[in-house]
Amino acid sequence: MAEQIIFYVLAILIVAFSILSVTSRRILRSATYLLFVLIATAGLYLLMGYQFLAAVQISVYAGGIMVLYIFSILLTSHAGDKAKPVSWKRLLPAGAAAAVGLAVCGHIIYHNVNKVMSLVPFQEPTMQDIGRTMMGTDKYQYLLPFEAISVLLLASIVGAIMIARKR
Amino acid sequence: MSGIMSNIPMEAYLIVSTVMFFAGVYGFLSRRNMLTILMSLELMLNAADINFVVFNRYLYPGQLDGTFFALFAIGISAAETALAIAIIINIYRNLKNIYIDEVSKMKY
Repeated sequence: MAEQIIFYVLAILIVAFSILSVTSRRILRSATYLLFVLIATAGLYLLMGYQFLAAVQISVYAGGIMVLYIFSILLTSHAGDKAKPVSWKRLLPAGAAAAVGLAVCGHIIYHNVNKVMSLVPFQEPTMQDIGRTMMGTDKYQYLLPFEAISVLLLASIVGAIMIARKR
Repeated sequence: MSGIMSNIPMEAYLIVSTVMFFAGVYGFLSRRNMLTILMSLELMLNAADINFVVFNRYLYPGQLDGTFFALFAIGISAAETALAIAIIINIYRNLKNIYIDEVSKMKY
């Protein structure tokens, strides 16, 4: 029962703040709403029993990426700036695309994905499990993607410095 | 907490992530500031992460595949955001503008 209450609170928070985040006209506010969405997502991960993933979500998304966003917002716009109102010609196709997609996906989910009603009890993954899965080379182990990600991060660090430095 | 049978159906999570994804789609198509477009993209990526984790937890609870897809997706989106923000700041430095319909210097 407590889990259900927590889930519904998180779901309402996510839905409300993600809609506010794409409709708010003050850019700093929409960044703050996006931060709330990301933290509530970490709450969903905790509710499903993945503590490590929730910690990564909070530290990378809510900690790293949002600081980057807020710094760049403050660099590129003045405090209290409002976005110019968007014309109907632009708003209408966007709203139509989102509504049609939501209707189609909601229909599919409502009519086809009602097979799984309850969670199978499971052993929460320990830190050892996660480490072995990340560092092994067997089936269902992910050393190669891990190394590929590290090369990608190095390349994007170099690229970001190259792009953003002063000449 | 892990051993208790929960009564939250899987569709509930999927509906939440679907609403989040299409809020991102709406923002991506309707916003004009490059940074808010990037934030809408972030919403869509986050919805995909939720789907990975939910399918892992409900359908394959003994494995960690979806969790690791979500972890790698978080890492990739961090890299992508850093690069995109570097490009946006560079555009702002050169043109003093980050609205997509006013930045047309390299278009023609």
